[in-house]
Amino acid sequence: MISLSFLQHYWWIIVSILASLLVFLMFVQGGQSMIYSLPQNDTQKTMIVNTLGRKWEFTFTTLVTFGGAFFASFPLFYATSFGGAYWVWIAILFSFTIQAIAYEFRSKPDNVLGQKTFDLFLFLNGSLGPFLIGVAVATFFTGAMFTLNQMNQVHWATHWYGLEALLNVRNLALGFAVLFLSRINGLLYIINTLDNEAIIRRSGKALISNSVPFLIFFLFFVISLLISKGFSSDPLTGTITIEKFKYLHNLIQMPMVLILFLAGVVGVLFGIGITAFRRSFSGIWFSGVGTVLAVLSLFLIAGFNGTSFYPSLFDLKSSLTIRNASSSLFTLKTMMYVSFIIPIVIAYIWYAWKSINNNKITEAEMNSEELKY
Amino acid sequence: MIDNIDLSLVDWSRAQFALTAVYHWLFVPLTLGLSFILAIMETIYVKTGKEEWRRITRFWMTLFGINFAIGIATGIILEFEFGTNWSNYSWFVGDIFGAPLAVEGILAFFLESTFVAVMFFGWNKVNKKFHLVSTWLVAIGASLSALWILVANAWMQHPVGMIFNPETARNEMVNFWAVLFNQIAVDKFLHTISSGFLLASMFVLGISAWYLIRKREEQMAKKSILIAGVFGLLSSLMVAYTGDESARTVSKVQPVKFASMEALYEGKNNAGLIAFGVLKNTDIKIGNQNVKKFALKIQIPGLLSVLTGGDRDSYVQGLSDHISGNEKLEIVPTGEKMLRGKYAMTVLESYKKARVINDTALIASIKKVFKDNEFQNGYFKYFGYASIDKPEDVIPNVTVSFYSFHLMVVLGFLFILIFSVALYLLFKGTISDNKWFLWIALLSIPLPYIAGELGWLLTEIGRQPWIIQDMMTVSKAVSQISTGSVITTFILFAVLFTTLLISEVSIMVKQIKTGPKH
Ligand code: HEM
Repeated sequence: MISLSFLQHYWWIIVSILASLLVFLMFVQGGQSMIYSLPQNDTQKTMIVNTLGRKWEFTFTTLVTFGGAFFASFPLFYATSFGGAYWVWIAILFSFTIQAIAYEFRSKPDNVLGQKTFDLFLFLNGSLGPFLIGVAVATFFTGAMFTLNQMNQVHWATHWYGLEALLNVRNLALGFAVLFLSRINGLLYIINTLDNEAIIRRSGKALISNSVPFLIFFLFFVISLLISKGFSSDPLTGTITIEKFKYLHNLIQMPMVLILFLAGVVGVLFGIGITAFRRSFSGIWFSGVGTVLAVLSLFLIAGFNGTSFYPSLFDLKSSLTIRNASSSLFTLKTMMYVSFIIPIVIAYIWYAWKSINNNKITEAEMNSEELKY
Repeated sequence: MIDNIDLSLVDWSRAQFALTAVYHWLFVPLTLGLSFILAIMETIYVKTGKEEWRRITRFWMTLFGINFAIGIATGIILEFEFGTNWSNYSWFVGDIFGAPLAVEGILAFFLESTFVAVMFFGWNKVNKKFHLVSTWLVAIGASLSALWILVANAWMQHPVGMIFNPETARNEMVNFWAVLFNQIAVDKFLHTISSGFLLASMFVLGISAWYLIRKREEQMAKKSILIAGVFGLLSSLMVAYTGDESARTVSKVQPVKFASMEALYEGKNNAGLIAFGVLKNTDIKIGNQNVKKFALKIQIPGLLSVLTGGDRDSYVQGLSDHISGNEKLEIVPTGEKMLRGKYAMTVLESYKKARVINDTALIASIKKVFKDNEFQNGYFKYFGYASIDKPEDVIPNVTVSFYSFHLMVVLGFLFILIFSVALYLLFKGTISDNKWFLWIALLSIPLPYIAGELGWLLTEIGRQPWIIQDMMTVSKAVSQISTGSVITTFILFAVLFTTLLISEVSIMVKQIKTGPKH
């Protein structure tokens, strides 16, 4: 028999995988955040925008699916966080909405707002999207300000509706770490897909100047996480208590997750290293896999091992765990059958991706009849 | 704190959701329909190998691309607004509602977005067959995307396949197939996608007519009219058929909505179908709405009874049957439902209290009550009525329901006529000479948009005050955030969507004027 607890863990893993794929795919956003600094002229800009633009829908769809899967498997989180940390989520939404049309509209004649505005949209989404998603995810560790009543209705305890998260340095650190990681992945992706000496040279330089802040923010966040207290839930009663070094304990008690985490970090560094020092084009693959593993492991220590993945700083007992926030056994099981299709989905995405990315994007193509942004 | 719901908060939250939905529905139906039209055109290209068809496909694909992204952009907002603005609802039904959304993401969105990239960028990169398959997959993916969200919407109109769990204070799914094959869901899916097909056909027909008026691109225009005419005629017939089915189902599962859309206050046998009607106020009031009567009507006697019940003598329920009850039909008066709902609510509350003090005997006994059939069907069924203030509050806005329904139907028949005439003139070979018709076709482009929005108005206004029929009112579902925040985001979204719409229309017009590439 499949138990509820098994399914809760299963779905936490699925949600975590979607989240980690999302962070990787935000290389599109990372790239967008550099459209003012990276290219030296309009042709270069067009090439960069077109490279990124062919992938924006993947990121977008992953975000939507992440939201849908989270809603379906842990609806109490969806209700609590979205309905309470209103402004954070609305800001994220807003930034993604303006992205969706920016690619399609920017270079079309008579687009009313003008190319400059649409490029600004791309830049805003590129910078704010990853940053805010990082901040939102950080609250999985640092907590949020809500209470739930008996009927599980949420009440937010500040009038900032989530924006107060921006006052916490640890949240900011993860926000910036995700932003710089997206920029790194964006550069590695551009290096991999563009056939243009000048852009590749500049990307290589930018890689180093983005890696330094990434490492600073990331290390700050990780170290503060390991020495911080965490919110643990009693396996029998579900009572939430504060435990010193909770996340450090989680890593030690779940060595597999520790391995994933270390492999992830090494992967990212290796990807950066071979690109910066060996002029390799394949950095994106290492850093991409690394990103996925590292984010996955962070999600696992947030939700597994009797940890509250959305702690309430205002009312400890309202804190959410994968146990008290999940859907019913029946729903989780039904969706588990649906999730078996995911490998097929990944397979065709891979196939379609390869068939489009077979040839590098060249300057000549920008002037051809191919639809371009 | 949570019981004192600020009305303006509810209103603004509704306004924001309605705004997003109305804009979303300005873009989605074109995606639904045009994707199939593209797939058909490209199939002809691959079969015949004629360059002309490739050019035609690519021209319409450009327009498709302009419209596509903006549909996605407004869609993501809707998805997240369930959480941001209707959080109580999200928890209450997340166990059921979430599943279709997740399935939608996994099954449909990825299909659509993966192959749309191949469709746009793959012309010279993948072989013809693979490209064609991709185009078809985009079309199928788009319709599948619509399926799951409509299943979720249908569940709100007619909740099935779940039980209430007092432990978690929410509904939990017990039968996935019942949710998927809910009669309302089937009707809604078929009616909605065919209305999208219709809309796209009118779009293609109208624009092609413009080329003929201008005497440009005549070959392309006529070929496009052929596809749009056939596809449009079939879809408009299907729209009428599925609309009729929908109405019948509504009359069974949402009789109050049905009575409102027919403006039927008193139920009757041998009820006539109003083909055309103008309402006017009387002095009598129900709640804060004036009762309406017909200032003018063209009626087909008995037809409504026949359509809903199978024969002339069958009884069609009116609004008053539901407010005051109808013993013969075993309809419980709303006042009584409210009392029973309140009783069910007290039982639930006492359960919660027993939980807090951990009184195991009491917990067990109340649990038993919840399992009892009589309690379930006689009381708990009316749980939602506990939050109704006055019996009249269960009546939606009759004027909006009536006009939106009847206008939609009239337009539906008009479309059948337009597509038929288009095909007739095309086959006769005189379509280019009939300027009057070309103008009608061109000016009709907005009409299916209007019909579709009216359909949604009817669906959603017609079920007020419920967010989930008989189970949860809209005002109970809303997130407790400050009204000011919602007003601010409403304005932000309104400005953003409007700007994007203007930009899109401007780009479209420019592309149409430029015409296909040679
Ligand atoms: C020809 C006669 C038509 C009939 C009898 C009809 C009937 C209906 C009914 C009864 C509903 C409400 C369903 C519910 O509340 O669950 C509805 C909704 C709707 N209708 Fe129509 N309709 C017709 C034509 C059209 C046309 C021409 C369009 C658009 C081109 C259209 C688009 C819609 C849409 C988008 C909805 C909302 C989705 C839904 O609830 O199904 N309808 N229609």
